[in-house]
Amino acid sequence: MNEEAIEKKSKAKRKMMQDWITFVIVLIIAAVLLLIFPEKTNIVTTTSWQYFIEMVWILPAVMIIIGLFAVFIPNEFIVKYMGKSSGIKGILLSFILGALPTGPLYIAFPMAAALIQKGARISNIIVFLSAWACIKLPQELVELQFLGFNFMITRLVLTIIFVTFMGFLIEKMIDWGETKKTKKEVKKRESIES
Amino acid sequence: MDITTIIINVIAVSGLIVAIIKNRKKASQSLKIAGISFVKILPMMLIIVLVVGLFLGFVPPDKIALFIGNQSGIGGILLIGAVGAILFIPALLSFPLAASLLESGASIAAVAAFITTLTMIGIITLPLEIKELGKKMALLRNGISFVIAIIIALIIGWIL
Repeated sequence: MNEEAIEKKSKAKRKMMQDWITFVIVLIIAAVLLLIFPEKTNIVTTTSWQYFIEMVWILPAVMIIIGLFAVFIPNEFIVKYMGKSSGIKGILLSFILGALPTGPLYIAFPMAAALIQKGARISNIIVFLSAWACIKLPQELVELQFLGFNFMITRLVLTIIFVTFMGFLIEKMIDWGETKKTKKEVKKRESIES
Repeated sequence: MDITTIIINVIAVSGLIVAIIKNRKKASQSLKIAGISFVKILPMMLIIVLVVGLFLGFVPPDKIALFIGNQSGIGGILLIGAVGAILFIPALLSFPLAASLLESGASIAAVAAFITTLTMIGIITLPLEIKELGKKMALLRNGISFVIAIIIALIIGWIL
């Protein structure tokens, strides 16, 4: 194991410790509150229990789906297919590859950076990142579970429409900035030469 | 148990069975990743469960409705959208939280804004995003995401 991996591991451990400490603090706060207001005990415990059961039934299955995709569809596969696609097909592929159940968003940043280096379009990268962030398959399933089909499907369709629009908008803005910069550089060079 | 839960579990189990048949080693590796992910998310999940219980027990629905209910209008949507942008909660856990908001009097639009900014925008991961993708692209992505999250929320509130 190299140093970077070791450091990453200890960082993850620290984050977990923090989460457990936070949990204990919340637990203490809850206990104190319920001691002061014992009449709330029933509603708080039944609500918490109900949400706990719902999550315990769903999260392990979601984690298995994530684990399967992480192992059977490696990151290289995603990079390979996104790097060379463009147009409508590129956008579509960015959505599909982004929505595969793989890891949190911060994993996607270095992948996106690698894709830009390989010459992928900015619009595709933005769509890929947004799909990764908010239309991941497991997320949609949990959204369906807790908020219902109408909410999930409406939000999904709207997100796809607006994210596509955002992709092209950001691409245009970045292109525009670049051409302005090169024009300025050309002007500067001309003035120096003359 | 409801139908969604059953479907998700059927997908997971059948996927796992196919994986075991195809490649036993890879399948056990997937299970290991699943186990680690679950252990990682467990404390946060328990925090959310407790917070939701306290929230629904102690905060009266009319107070929630006042800030992010139907009458609160665009101000409430902007407020909860900003909260979602700042909070750093695993996306999977944002949905039960959102459901509890809805249950306690928040408007559909406010809940949509909350989920969308929570998943799309990451103030905490912004430094990493800037490092990997550059200041311009990272700031544009997060900024425009906030605007479209609000637009999506308004349309959802209008449709549903």
